[in-house]
Amino acid sequence: MAHFTKATSVKDWLNQRLAIEKVEKVMASEYWIPKNINFLWAMGMVLAITFALLLVSGIFLLMYYQPHVDHAFYSVNFTIMRDVGYGWLWRHVHGVAASVVFLVIYIHMFTGIYYGSYKKGREMIWISGMLLFVTFSAEAFSGYMLPWGQMSYWAGMVITNIFSLGGLHMDGLVEWIRGDYVPAQAFLTRFFMLHVLLLPLAIMGLIGLHFATLRIPHVNNQDGEEIDFEKESKKYLAGDKAGSKVMRFANDFMSKDMMVVGIYLIFFFYLVFFQYEFALDPVNFDPADGLKTPAHIYPEWYFLWSYEILRPFSVNIGLMAFGFAQVIFMLLPFLDRSPNAIPASRRGAFGVWFWLLLIDMIVLTAMGKLPPAGIFSTIGLVAALAFIVLWIALPFITKNEKKA
Amino acid sequence: MQNISRRGFMGKAFGAVAGVGAVGSLVAMKKTWDPLPSVKAAGFTTLDMTKYPEGELITEKWRGKPIFVLKKTAEMVASQTATQKARDIVVGGSHFMLCIGLCTHLGCIPGYNPAEKAFLCACHGGQFDWSGQVTKVPPPRGFDIPPFKIEGNNMILGEVGPEYQAMKDSGITL
Repeated sequence: MAHFTKATSVKDWLNQRLAIEKVEKVMASEYWIPKNINFLWAMGMVLAITFALLLVSGIFLLMYYQPHVDHAFYSVNFTIMRDVGYGWLWRHVHGVAASVVFLVIYIHMFTGIYYGSYKKGREMIWISGMLLFVTFSAEAFSGYMLPWGQMSYWAGMVITNIFSLGGLHMDGLVEWIRGDYVPAQAFLTRFFMLHVLLLPLAIMGLIGLHFATLRIPHVNNQDGEEIDFEKESKKYLAGDKAGSKVMRFANDFMSKDMMVVGIYLIFFFYLVFFQYEFALDPVNFDPADGLKTPAHIYPEWYFLWSYEILRPFSVNIGLMAFGFAQVIFMLLPFLDRSPNAIPASRRGAFGVWFWLLLIDMIVLTAMGKLPPAGIFSTIGLVAALAFIVLWIALPFITKNEKKA
Repeated sequence: MQNISRRGFMGKAFGAVAGVGAVGSLVAMKKTWDPLPSVKAAGFTTLDMTKYPEGELITEKWRGKPIFVLKKTAEMVASQTATQKARDIVVGGSHFMLCIGLCTHLGCIPGYNPAEKAFLCACHGGQFDWSGQVTKVPPPRGFDIPPFKIEGNNMILGEVGPEYQAMKDSGITL
């Protein structure tokens, strides 16, 4: 048994039992971050804060929301929005955060792609991050069902139908997922369960994994430089703070991190108070009606690019293209055959590839929102094909890249 | 050596218990997600086929899904091609187009344009003619026909009658 002595202070008492000083060092003051970074390195903290906002606002919404097909719509649009004191605030925070979190996820992802932060030991960071993207997508979709408006119902119908897998006609699987022939009570309650318990648990577990994957390879830097963290941290601790290439996570890095978070929160609450409409689709303010499809169905903006990859093709090819788009990002560390972990701007053809992919995804997003007719149909088809071609070309482009 | 084999036995014994437990739990979880018996029992609807006006699309409801019923006009019946005729349902001497009113692509409800006698799905632009055949992709096939049984002038949706079985066997519907 460990030897305990009479405590000299509360801190000492805790230290003997929980080693809090050691934990603080491991987690914060001697967790080393490179100095050569920019504001894009703060996106992880921005995401953590946004997730906290979603969690807190969700807890308050959960106090009045009723997962019943006859009451869900009114519990959201009447009880929460009009009766509950500041109920509107929680709903607007939840809705805006659900939308903005994807904007920041995309920035975080493309930052990683640009700086090659998925290579040389950082593969698991990328993979756990993509798993988070998938669970966040499921979380967003299940949450979208809960107000039980027209868009909830018809998005639920269309997305669950994807599981019939086109020509395989797995209608039994679709009915099993729904618990009914169409989205109804069983469907609403199980998506409620997924949204408030199972998926948040999975997300929290994956966030833990995502942090853990950073420990050994550490955070990347602006030049993709391989830093000897052991040596640089010793230099820092010996007093040569200016000469060291690294700094403490807390308080050195955190102070800058939280500065970015502060600016972000001002932008975020500006959206919550003055521009919240963008996150609340007007069509979803009609109660769900299984006998009337809205004139034009589209997902939230963050799913538009993958929706547009599904849309221009016949059903089986569309599903294959859609499936391709869902998994291909996950494989990025293995499709990029170049050993260079440096910014895209110094990687020749890969730099072009990066910007083409980004532009293509913006085009897909724009076309996904427009009705599938005329010239937009054609642009959508070309952009969808370009997406697939870009990913198929990636191993060939990077294989021929010169060693930097 | 003695210890290792004992430990090995205990590991295998636990593995067996855990395996049985895991399979049992998965069966229970799967069954819990199944549609309830009450949902399945409510899956039958009887339609009185004498009440429909000619040439007008009426939407009924079966298993929460819209059912399109169109009593064909004399011109429609006269002009039917072989494939359109294959989808024809005759009850009490009248000809009907009867189908599940969901696009076979991803399940939106297409709108009917009486002037063009055609359906257009707003979700992804699929089109169908008045007999329920697909005329423009992405939908992979014509409207599905629900299981039906003809009894006099009534039609029972959800039960399989000989006319429906024949359509299913010949691949006209899934």
